[in-house]
Amino acid sequence: MNFHLSDDQIALQDAVRSCVRGIGKGQLHRAAFDSADGHAPEFRDGLVALGALGVGIDQDYGGLGLKLVDLALVCEVLGQEAAPGGYTGHVLAALAVQVAGSPEQKQRWLPRLADGSSIATVALGGAQGWEPEDWTLRVEDSKLNGAGGFAVGADAADLVVVGLAGGGLTIVEMAPPSVTITPLDGSDRSRRLFDLHFTDAVADPLPIAAGPRIYDALLVLLCADAFGGASRVMELTADYARTRVQFGRPIGGFQGVKHQLANLLCEVEPCRGLLWYAALCFDLDLADRSRTIALAKAHLADRYMHMARSAIELHGGIGYTWEYDLQIWVKRAMFDFAYGGTPGVLRQRAVRLGCLD
Amino acid sequence: MDLNLGIEYEAFREEVAAFLAESWRPRTPGGDRLRQERAFRTLATQRGYLYRRYPRRYGGGEQPDDALKEQIIREELAKAGAPGEINSGGSKLLAPTLLSWGQDWQKERFLRAALHGEEIWCQGYSEPGAGSDLASIRTRAELDGDAWVINGQKIWTSNAAQADFMFALVRTEPDAPKHRGISYILLDMRAEGVTVRPLRQMTGESEFNEVFLDNVRTPADWIVGERGQGWQVSRTTLSFERAAVNPPPFIDALLQRLKDVARRRTRDGRPLIECTDIQQRIAEIEGYAMAHRYSVMRQVSMDSVGQDPGAAALCNKLVGTDIGQMIARLSQEMIGEEGLLMPAPGTSRENMDDVFWVMRSSSVAIAGGTSNIQRNIIAERALDLPREGKPA
Ligand SMILES: Cc1cc2nc3c(=O)[nH]c(=O)nc-3n(C[C@H](O)[C@H](O)[C@H](O)COP(=O)(O)OP(=O)(O)OC[C@H]3O[C@@H](n4cnc5c(N)ncnc54)[C@H](O)[C@@H]3O)c2cc1C
Repeated sequence: MNFHLSDDQIALQDAVRSCVRGIGKGQLHRAAFDSADGHAPEFRDGLVALGALGVGIDQDYGGLGLKLVDLALVCEVLGQEAAPGGYTGHVLAALAVQVAGSPEQKQRWLPRLADGSSIATVALGGAQGWEPEDWTLRVEDSKLNGAGGFAVGADAADLVVVGLAGGGLTIVEMAPPSVTITPLDGSDRSRRLFDLHFTDAVADPLPIAAGPRIYDALLVLLCADAFGGASRVMELTADYARTRVQFGRPIGGFQGVKHQLANLLCEVEPCRGLLWYAALCFDLDLADRSRTIALAKAHLADRYMHMARSAIELHGGIGYTWEYDLQIWVKRAMFDFAYGGTPGVLRQRAVRLGCLD
Repeated sequence: MDLNLGIEYEAFREEVAAFLAESWRPRTPGGDRLRQERAFRTLATQRGYLYRRYPRRYGGGEQPDDALKEQIIREELAKAGAPGEINSGGSKLLAPTLLSWGQDWQKERFLRAALHGEEIWCQGYSEPGAGSDLASIRTRAELDGDAWVINGQKIWTSNAAQADFMFALVRTEPDAPKHRGISYILLDMRAEGVTVRPLRQMTGESEFNEVFLDNVRTPADWIVGERGQGWQVSRTTLSFERAAVNPPPFIDALLQRLKDVARRRTRDGRPLIECTDIQQRIAEIEGYAMAHRYSVMRQVSMDSVGQDPGAAALCNKLVGTDIGQMIARLSQEMIGEEGLLMPAPGTSRENMDDVFWVMRSSSVAIAGGTSNIQRNIIAERALDLPREGKPA
């Protein structure tokens, strides 16, 4: 069995990590969080230089030709570092074109998505429901009308892949005024959210209805972000417990604190295997793919949120401030909790897909 | 990473499955089940499927270390309902210790019978005054000519009433510091001066016992490792014990039972498994169980290529214990008034009913190092927090 990382995979994670940490004296996450538009062009260029935008794109189209598990490994690091931007939306849009696009669509978009000369995002569900069965938009006469919600980084995107009723997907280019974007006051300022509105927008549907597959991929990448984030928060909190002194000793010497942290580690640490398995379910297209992925996202979102909450508590007052970086991960945990469906919704999905049989 | 077992392993799986189809007849009517199982184990060991790390002359399968093949064997045995390695103190705790620390004659004399359950062993560690703080044991052994003379008391000793032998921690160097004064000694449970008093457990069965040792003599060379080295020697078995608690296949079996209960029991005429609140709770536990399963798989796979699985290994016992208790809690909710009754007559650790597991799941949080002790270990070794009892 091969259920461990290869040297190349470890190197990929290291490269992404140094890329994030090398920018802005290691303050990238903070700078983008507090800036007006959340853009981080230098960081995007860094990812482009690494080839990270094309990790999942076939080599024929200028990508690295790797799998979802590799994209997940990148997202894990981005989650650890609270890296800003719409990486997930971009690579999901590319994946959609790759698995469901016509030869012309692939030829047109994949090389540009791989080298970053075009930037993409996705709009898959939202307030009416996130699951492919809930998608309602329709393409009629090659035109799209209606609203799409919660597209990450839409202000920087050249195109969006939109989920359609029946599980289809369509490419829409961001051409105003047929596509308008409205910024939302999102709590996770590292991943800025936009509502989209389409008025007779030109739609170029992907021939294969790969919505359910792309939705699963979205959930896996959120799992990756959640695992990366939760393990980083664990580390930050243990560091803090070793250094913060009260009653004449580090608070990490109090057994109440030790046991709380040990319990949290037992929640977070096993999730590394869960994340890998969820990604492999996708790559190998295993029979239990969708229900396993739904359960994994539900579980990881809960664990991350619990880790984040406990971390605030264990930091005391400083943890509740805007200035202290912990809040950035807390907001990311809130994002991962709700985006794509809350744990309760996803568990119900898994039940529908047979997890109790 | 591809989770693909690879051709070699797929072929191996087929080989094991073929062997099982040929050599194990499930539920053969009549006949002596124990004898059947014994014959099967002997055959499976000869084929190299059981006790793989032990040399053949000590009753092992003598195979190169391969965690993945072991996993495949366990899976195939479980699928076929065939008996695996004997899960006893002798085979799981004493044997690995003897293999690492024993003298050749000790391996020759004890290993085969311990592995195959022909001689039963009990573990004499805990004492009335020494539980979590095991190194404070007071049972003493003094050398008198060619024998150790042992005096003291052990408690919570599982299977002592059935055991032929005990491996025990005893104090042989009273003047040495706490941890350096202990030796790992073997003794015959039929020796003069050994008294076993069964303790009745809350489940009603008597698994553990008190053992009184009054001037019990055991040969001078029935010591494993050197004098005063017993603490170090005993660490081998404690790590084995931790790894064996509520492992993923066992959790999966518990979950399967939980779903069965949910199908069988009803609320307002509807099977519980159709009620959203119950579905949510089972699905939540399923998330924990999946994480545990693939975490252990990951550790096995990393081990097999010499990568360090890190903190996960320290967490396994506590993770398994907690999932076991979540399952007990939900099953209690579902069985309702059945929970007012004692376990059905005849249920046992091997064949539990739900009430039994409600009780039994608590013992898992105690035996082999309590959950709080696990938390101390995780906090100190995995998170590098200050040690218990040591000033900062
Ligand atoms: C079913 C069963 C089978 C057993 N079989 C065997 C056997 O075959 N052989 C054998 O030798 N033993 C056996 N044991 C004994 C077992 O190993 C001990 O019970 C266990 O180590 C705890 O010791 P104790 O009972 O003295 O509890 P104590 O050590 O007194 O602990 C009581 C409570 O205090 C907590 N505590 C203690 N110290 C600390 C600390 N430093 N920090 C935080 N909390 C602490 C514990 O976690 C526990 O909750 C068995 C126990 C059970 C339940």
